[in-house]
Amino acid sequence: MAELKISGVHKSFGAVKVLDDINLDVKSGEFIALVGPSGCGKSTLLAIIAGLEKASAGTISIGDRVVNSVAPKDRDIAMVFQSYALYPTMTVRENMMFGMEARGVPRADREVALKRVSSLLQIEPYLNRKPGQLSGGQRQRVAMGRALVRDPALFLFDEPLSNLDAKLRVEMRGEIKKLHHAIGKTTVYVTHDQVEAMTLSSRIAVLNKGVLQQFDEPQKIYDHPANVFVAGFMGSPAMNFLPAHMQSSGKSVELRFEDGTMLNFNRAMSASQTRDVIVGLRPEHLTRATRGTDNALVGRVTLVEPTGSETHVISRVGNKDVTSKFFPNQAPRLGDDVHLAVDTDRVCIFDASTEQAIL
Amino acid sequence: MSDIPTHDAEEAAASRRHLFSRIVIYGILIVFSLIYIVPLTVVVMNTFRDNIDVARNGLLAFPRSFTLEGWSAAWSTYCLNGRCEGMSANFWNSVYMTIPATIISTLLGALNGYILSKWKFWGSEMIFTILLFGVFMPGQIALMPWAYILGTSGLNQTLWGLIMVHVIQGISFTTLFCRNFYVNIPDDLIKAARIDGAGFWRIFWKIILPLSPPILIVTVIWQFTGIWNEFLYGVVLTTGKTQPVTAAVVAFAAQEQNVKEYNIISGGVLIAALPPLLVYFFGGKYFVRGLTQGAIK
Repeated sequence: MAELKISGVHKSFGAVKVLDDINLDVKSGEFIALVGPSGCGKSTLLAIIAGLEKASAGTISIGDRVVNSVAPKDRDIAMVFQSYALYPTMTVRENMMFGMEARGVPRADREVALKRVSSLLQIEPYLNRKPGQLSGGQRQRVAMGRALVRDPALFLFDEPLSNLDAKLRVEMRGEIKKLHHAIGKTTVYVTHDQVEAMTLSSRIAVLNKGVLQQFDEPQKIYDHPANVFVAGFMGSPAMNFLPAHMQSSGKSVELRFEDGTMLNFNRAMSASQTRDVIVGLRPEHLTRATRGTDNALVGRVTLVEPTGSETHVISRVGNKDVTSKFFPNQAPRLGDDVHLAVDTDRVCIFDASTEQAIL
Repeated sequence: MSDIPTHDAEEAAASRRHLFSRIVIYGILIVFSLIYIVPLTVVVMNTFRDNIDVARNGLLAFPRSFTLEGWSAAWSTYCLNGRCEGMSANFWNSVYMTIPATIISTLLGALNGYILSKWKFWGSEMIFTILLFGVFMPGQIALMPWAYILGTSGLNQTLWGLIMVHVIQGISFTTLFCRNFYVNIPDDLIKAARIDGAGFWRIFWKIILPLSPPILIVTVIWQFTGIWNEFLYGVVLTTGKTQPVTAAVVAFAAQEQNVKEYNIISGGVLIAALPPLLVYFFGGKYFVRGLTQGAIK
């Protein structure tokens, strides 16, 4: 059990800045998700934690030890790769034994560790098979098994589920969560899938273009995104963004959209202010209302997408598309004029120029 | 429904075209294989004829006599440059030269390829590019420098000298083969092994080499046949009893004699050609498979 401290980490490849001043404190036993679009630097950050890449500046500490110049094998970590990286010529048993042999673990201890992990992950039936003879899900299990036999201070996962089909992905996601509950090891989990990040982690670090955007609990990130990027990245369907002019008295807020629609509601702000803003509305915070309802958007339905459990409806509001979610039996039809009442408590407001949340 | 007959007619036309193209393809293949097989057959038949038969009925004729004299004389009694010991000594020279040179150059190529693909360092691409010059450089260019090096190092006239020359001349090819093969091995395997605690050599022995048979077979066949068949270095850097079998075969054929003993010459040629032929015979399918196999799945 160990905490992970990342302080002031920079990384550049030549002139290209990949990571810019990353600071993260991961508590012992925590499950952290690093999320962001591809190329945001999340995998590089993981490689730096693992010691496979060197940081250009900053320090990495695992436990109370600065590990910048410690070799990957001596960092007491284990890593699961997106490609699984199982050794193709070795059996499952040999794959799991390889690291322990390399580190000189006594034979008896190796057998004990193998037994413990293979029964935990239920991979005993195929211990003598080679990776090529396993299905994707089985390979995924073996890859986790290889990490688990080490009993490391820190687990690193690099998009471990992205090679699996949708159904298996959900299943394995659940297993990873159960596993973390069972063993409680500090874990850093890289993913581009915001649902994985939300469901698995105790805290999420959102990265974009090498910069840490927000580091907080999943629900807080979802409800109070720090900026437009985080707001747009987390959540599916994505949050709606509408430009507006804001007038705030400090206690209440008045938003005037481009089409003239007004929203009036109570919201405490640090000061009374007037400025251009971007208003963020999650699809589930728009509900169907009758004509004349206060704090509602008016639009015409241009697209209806049933998903079975819910129906996504895209309406033209002013010159913007607004997505909202409905129960299938309550969804409007194509071409309907709709009134969408806004759950004003949940409205996010961002500065139009800095795109940062206004509190 | 009325278009079914037309459909059948089209199908028949297509199958006629298919048959015609098959005949053309097989015809061409048969012609080309004959071009290779006929001379070989002639040589093989001549080894079993006695020399009177050859002299009377010509070089290109079916055997009317049968004797193994050609083989045994070529192997152990034929006189070359005043020594009547056949070519057996030269044959064994080639064996003792080719096997170590093949093994060493292949292992060095594997190691180089491993380093140049998985442990890149500043300047490693440059080194690889320079190594590639060796692939395109004709052997004659290096002949004088090698003669000088072997002369000053005292390895002149020895098999060790030839082994060294062939190892070093071969490194470019073996490195190129192995490096291009290893580039396709996912880097994640190396990363996983490093985290697992394996170092440079353990990764090489336990992960890289076990994945290597396809390319090692290609490299070994390439090196074995190349070194075995090499003539220039053998004839220039060694003489007489230390020469490899290729040099001896040429000496057989070039000997100034009134009567050419074609049966013995044929036997000698076949003895000299047998090892590479056997290597191809047993390894050929792996050779083709290895050359065409790209990534490791």
